[in-house]
Amino acid sequence: MSDQPPKSYLHVIRERYCKGCNICVAFCPKKVLALKSGKVFAERPWLCIGCKMCELRCPDYAIEVRAAEPEPDKGANGAEQDYCLPPEACDD
Amino acid sequence: MSDFLSYFRQDNLPHIWCPGCGHGTVTGAIVRAIARKGLDKNKVCIVSGIGCSSRAVGYLDFDTLHTAHGRALAFATGIKLARPELKVIVMTGDGDCTAIGGNHFIHAARRNIDITTIVMNNNIYGMTSGQYSPMTPKGMYGTTAPYGNLERSFDLCELAKAAGATYVGRATSYHVPLLIDLIEAALGNKGFSVVEAMVQCPTYFGRKNKIGGPVEMLEWIKEGTVNVKAAASLPPEKLAGKALIGELHNAPAPEYTADYDELIAKVQRKFDTFQGGLYGCASNSD
Repeated sequence: MSDQPPKSYLHVIRERYCKGCNICVAFCPKKVLALKSGKVFAERPWLCIGCKMCELRCPDYAIEVRAAEPEPDKGANGAEQDYCLPPEACDD
Repeated sequence: MSDFLSYFRQDNLPHIWCPGCGHGTVTGAIVRAIARKGLDKNKVCIVSGIGCSSRAVGYLDFDTLHTAHGRALAFATGIKLARPELKVIVMTGDGDCTAIGGNHFIHAARRNIDITTIVMNNNIYGMTSGQYSPMTPKGMYGTTAPYGNLERSFDLCELAKAAGATYVGRATSYHVPLLIDLIEAALGNKGFSVVEAMVQCPTYFGRKNKIGGPVEMLEWIKEGTVNVKAAASLPPEKLAGKALIGELHNAPAPEYTADYDELIAKVQRKFDTFQGGLYGCASNSD
């Protein structure tokens, strides 16, 4: 085993675009994804290997897999962090 | 937002296609190939005809043209001749390209004009409720073939090769990485390039032929294809009824717009040295 920590991935899901066709769920090699009330969501994100097949096969551009960056050190101001914002809203 | 979505007119998304339709996958693959090649948005012109697949241009943030049924290649030929520096891409469907625009297709291939054509083959006319097309395999059902289609279907890649296209490839909406590679290579080819993308139509083709939903259709497409490299070592009985995917033909040849510019330069030189007079006129018009 390597010394590096296991890579983790972030699943950006655009729910407005998702039509629930089940392609990403059925062809995910690690069964990371699932449908919840007709929309995709990452049920077991820790299993993701980042092959991006869901992203490539999605006909509706509803899912995107990004390599998660290590958590920034929030320090003393951690309490001021707004955790209500979705992850894509925090991007530039 | 991501790089990928910046190539789309995001105010028009989500698109109109049915849930699980493969056209979205192919449009995404084209955008990824363009992004990978780093083409300038203002130097790319995308032309389409009529049909489900041709709706794609409405969602793409390039200079786009949605033209008459089957005439996408005719419009694209005009654009390419007027502005040879543009990268002209044609997105068309199987009915648009092989039935209504069949003549434009073979003649564009014959001229070897620098146009990249991506044919989304869903085996059926989806927009008009599932009539059979020239690409519907024999024995499959459509609304106008309730007892099975009697006609033999086109092998589009063989047709393009025979008509003179210099780059021909085939991939599916299941083999997306291969599809992106083929489109990228086709964009790099100077000449007429054809990439056939086999896609699923769960709404009409899947339902009429009782194949199932999008997932079952993708599995059906996967079963029905063999990579051309693997096919070289397989016995012929294992290849029966299967479509070959991968790069099928790559034979560079002189390109039409380059030849055209050469001809213009030659003729202009001749007329620049023209001094007038009957004798000069006769010797000029050889």
